[in-house]
Amino acid sequence: MNELLRILLTVVGVLLGVMTLAPGLIWGERRLLALWQDRCGPNRVGPFGSLQLVADMIKILTKEDWIPPFADKPVFIIAPSIIVTATLSSFAVVVFAPGIAVADLNIGVLFFLAMSAMAVYSVALGGWASNNKYALLGSIRAVGQMLSYEVFMALSLMGVVALSGSFSFGDIVEAQRDLWFCVPQCLGLAVFFIAALAETRRVPLDLPEAESELVAGYHTEYSGMKFAMFFLGEYIGVTLNAVIIVALFFGGWHGPWLPPVVWFLLKTLAVIGLFVLIRASLPRPRYDQLMEFGWKALLPLALLNLLATGAIILARGG
Amino acid sequence: MLILFLIAALVAVVATALVITRVNAVHALLYFIVSLLAMALIFFLLGAPFVAALEVIVYAGAIMVLFVFVVMMLNLGPHAVEQERRWLSPTAWAGPALLALILLIEVGYVLWNAQGVNMPNAAIPPVQVSLTLFGPYLLAVELASMLLLAGLVGAYHLGRRRLHWEAEEEDA
Repeated sequence: MNELLRILLTVVGVLLGVMTLAPGLIWGERRLLALWQDRCGPNRVGPFGSLQLVADMIKILTKEDWIPPFADKPVFIIAPSIIVTATLSSFAVVVFAPGIAVADLNIGVLFFLAMSAMAVYSVALGGWASNNKYALLGSIRAVGQMLSYEVFMALSLMGVVALSGSFSFGDIVEAQRDLWFCVPQCLGLAVFFIAALAETRRVPLDLPEAESELVAGYHTEYSGMKFAMFFLGEYIGVTLNAVIIVALFFGGWHGPWLPPVVWFLLKTLAVIGLFVLIRASLPRPRYDQLMEFGWKALLPLALLNLLATGAIILARGG
Repeated sequence: MLILFLIAALVAVVATALVITRVNAVHALLYFIVSLLAMALIFFLLGAPFVAALEVIVYAGAIMVLFVFVVMMLNLGPHAVEQERRWLSPTAWAGPALLALILLIEVGYVLWNAQGVNMPNAAIPPVQVSLTLFGPYLLAVELASMLLLAGLVGAYHLGRRRLHWEAEEEDA
């Protein structure tokens, strides 16, 4: 009974944590962007504009939730929920601190990769079901981009898995007690970071929703709460990728003085800050440049990293 | 455990039946993805979490995305749905369905008479799977690879460009 209660508390705690962090991130990002671009940002509702989100929520919930008559209705409705479900369930395998995890599966990293592969369907089906040429073009771009960068994402993580000898997040974090993996796996970290940007379709790699070319890409026809699901899915994705980077490369909960969970949260917020800084500073590349960079630069780099890591492990006689 | 298995198996069977009978290609693909996910759950319950993860990543996550991608590029309209509907006439599917039903009854009979196979509670490591695949089941693996080869040759034949003289002959 006690065990069941603990699991239930963890599930609810993680869910609540993510569901407040991700929308909070929308406000945080707008404020930070404003700071870096020398603007004011949202500062009217509540202290420092922190209640802007509540205002946005009220607005979006009362808006008309319109389904175009030419859309494929069932697929149109399912699509936005896939991305939220897939990204949220990835949090189940992350170990936030010793004992604070929903399920520390022995295939944790693979589970994360599988769920991020599932998120592709949301964008693909959303664009297709809209029956709109801009939406279709956006989702074709998104599928091409996400499918390609998934390859580099998985390959860049294999170095970490080889070093720690486990797919489980708990074991991987424990293996970083002496040295964080961001030092021996700096190449893997760089590849993973860029791949994470592409997977979450963030500026500068937001070509699937490039507003200057494609109206709004795959979610052109979406409105109201369904649009909010896509929007929220993106921010949950950012939070998830920050959490994964912290757990796999920056030593997870390890750190002096403060309690483990606090360290994990601080590191996650720092990584999210980096995501926002990149959005504020980099322009968007062309689509062919994105693909060329992926297959001609990131793939060799990820393979090279894996080769070097394997050679070093072998030389050490591990 | 058994209840979870039965639910997953039921979902897999129903989803697969729907894959065959849907006239809209994207809807069929969606049911196929559901079927693959149910299969992954069955693998997980059978004590092979690694295979389950690979099933989701490779089949549901990569290959099926490519299928969806291609169907999206083809941009099939209502006329394609109409064409599919015409193809799916009872005269076309009654024969194969009858033969498959006989096979199903046979499988059911064999399973009914077989000794009860216990569901393993312990995880089966990939090494053990590999050893059985390349030991007693080597012939089956080779046969599967021959099947893949046949698929490859077929795809090559379909995708081949027509030579000039062939096109002229057909036009004449």
